[in-house]
Amino acid sequence: MPQTPLMRIAQARSGDKGEGSNVGLIARSEAAYVFLKDFLTAERVQQHFAQINPGGVVRFEADNMRVLNFLLDNSLGGGGSASLITDAQGKTHGLGLLRMVVDVPADVLDATPEGSFQ
Amino acid sequence: MQGKQTVRVANGQGFWGDSILGAIRLTEEGPLDYLTLDYLAEVTMSIMQKLRMRDPKKGYATDFVTLIDRILPRMLEKNIKVVANAGGVNPHACKDAIMEVLAKHGASGVKVAVVEGDDILDGLDGLMSGGEEFKNMDTGEGLTSVRDKVTSANVYLGAFPIAEALDDGAQIVITGRGTDPGLVLGPLIHEFGWKVDDLDKLAAGTVAGHILECGAQCTGGNFTDWQRIPDLAMIGYPVIEASPDGSFVVTKHDGTGGAVDRSTVLHQLAYEMGDPNNYITPDVIADFTSFDLVQEGENRVKIAGVKGSPATPTYKVSMSYADGWKSVGQLTICGPDALAKAQLCADIVWKRLEFDGFSYSDEERLMEFVGAGVCHAGLLEEGAAEPSEVVLRLGVKGPDKKKVGRFGSELVPLVTSGPPGVTGFAGGRPKPSEIVGYWPALLTKSKIDPSVSVFTS
Repeated sequence: MPQTPLMRIAQARSGDKGEGSNVGLIARSEAAYVFLKDFLTAERVQQHFAQINPGGVVRFEADNMRVLNFLLDNSLGGGGSASLITDAQGKTHGLGLLRMVVDVPADVLDATPEGSFQ
Repeated sequence: MQGKQTVRVANGQGFWGDSILGAIRLTEEGPLDYLTLDYLAEVTMSIMQKLRMRDPKKGYATDFVTLIDRILPRMLEKNIKVVANAGGVNPHACKDAIMEVLAKHGASGVKVAVVEGDDILDGLDGLMSGGEEFKNMDTGEGLTSVRDKVTSANVYLGAFPIAEALDDGAQIVITGRGTDPGLVLGPLIHEFGWKVDDLDKLAAGTVAGHILECGAQCTGGNFTDWQRIPDLAMIGYPVIEASPDGSFVVTKHDGTGGAVDRSTVLHQLAYEMGDPNNYITPDVIADFTSFDLVQEGENRVKIAGVKGSPATPTYKVSMSYADGWKSVGQLTICGPDALAKAQLCADIVWKRLEFDGFSYSDEERLMEFVGAGVCHAGLLEEGAAEPSEVVLRLGVKGPDKKKVGRFGSELVPLVTSGPPGVTGFAGGRPKPSEIVGYWPALLTKSKIDPSVSVFTS
């Protein structure tokens, strides 16, 4: 199966939620959503962000929007005004998730033309 | 007033600090019934309390007064109503300033409403002795541990007081703290006569408010495929065309930059969404998994079928408290060997401070090498090219202002006593600033009595 960055089959946006961040992942196609819903578990996302988020990760699903929504517990260096880090609002965590390199089945790639949104 | 089949509501201010141009252009570049404006963040309330303590005429969003001064003629000519949470912790002072602007323009007979009841700072002890614990929603801790350091306390009010102000004929509604989606839901309740038990409709208005609340973030701003978004410089701020049945179309004015399609709207729906099955506001619990999203035409996305369930018996309260001090500063370190030299610079700063009796634990200090993988630490491929320069960001925090302040004077000396290539010190010595702690809690709804007062210019 071809190794490809998640951005090839998904889009994302993130922001702060208390002392953690809310990372919303939007699948570019129905096929991509079906694949990601099975593959992209909270555990995988937690591992991916291990250096940024020492806390846990919870996943929510919204099939109508083809969205997987991840809450990273402790990803802002204390959160709000107490944080010293550059990305104290987790604005870049969505793009950070899209950097994940994944084995995507060829049929999912075929059903999701590059740069498309269906 | 009732009987309209389409009501156009826009948001021209996504957050404290957003551009004034979004709101100005919304009043000029297309049809509009309501302009909503969000000026408040958690930290803002605390800053405003401090401003009010120093001057009883301050403590609100002064940007709003500047804006009304610029858009008033167009607002009156097109009969656009404005709903803004610009009141901060001093909504009557905000109203007085707006009245002065109305007088300056010779606009008489304009009704300005103030929604209040959200500010519970003065009544906090009474509420606590009445049994309210204000436990921290994140940690479960009781408020007593920080009670004497609390600097602001505000309830997130819902949309019905805003609707009441509009029912009373207000052209400008000024609120303090309320929910962001309520700024949009309020006008819809007023226009369509929705009731507290019209749960699906209230949920629909809440979803609409969530889509609008960050301004240009649903029209192509902060969008993954940014390369395909036309004319971001002149991006159009969002407008919804709402119908009495709760369905609505997200769009933007013709000829403006940006884009409205399913994916730009979905980006905003997923933003800070939390649990999509339970999006809680004081008016309703909206189910973000319930609706359909259809591209209806160019730059038009229709949302229908939103479901809602009854609201909880509590208001969310946002409190802030003084939580110590912090100081952050930066220098730019130019290559060759930018990263190695930046790491040496950081070591030097901590060693000199330690020599003088000031040491900071890992929890109390920050070291960032911006340009060498900070925001995406651990997410980049190994073996990235050596950066041509690195921004060294150092910071400390803690309860002792003197200790935090001492740090700031050991950064700039690196220019002459560190490795070569250190520059970018124009900001001078970083100074300590107060950390505003955030304390989210719940409060029984019956303890709060929102009120609306109307004034005529």
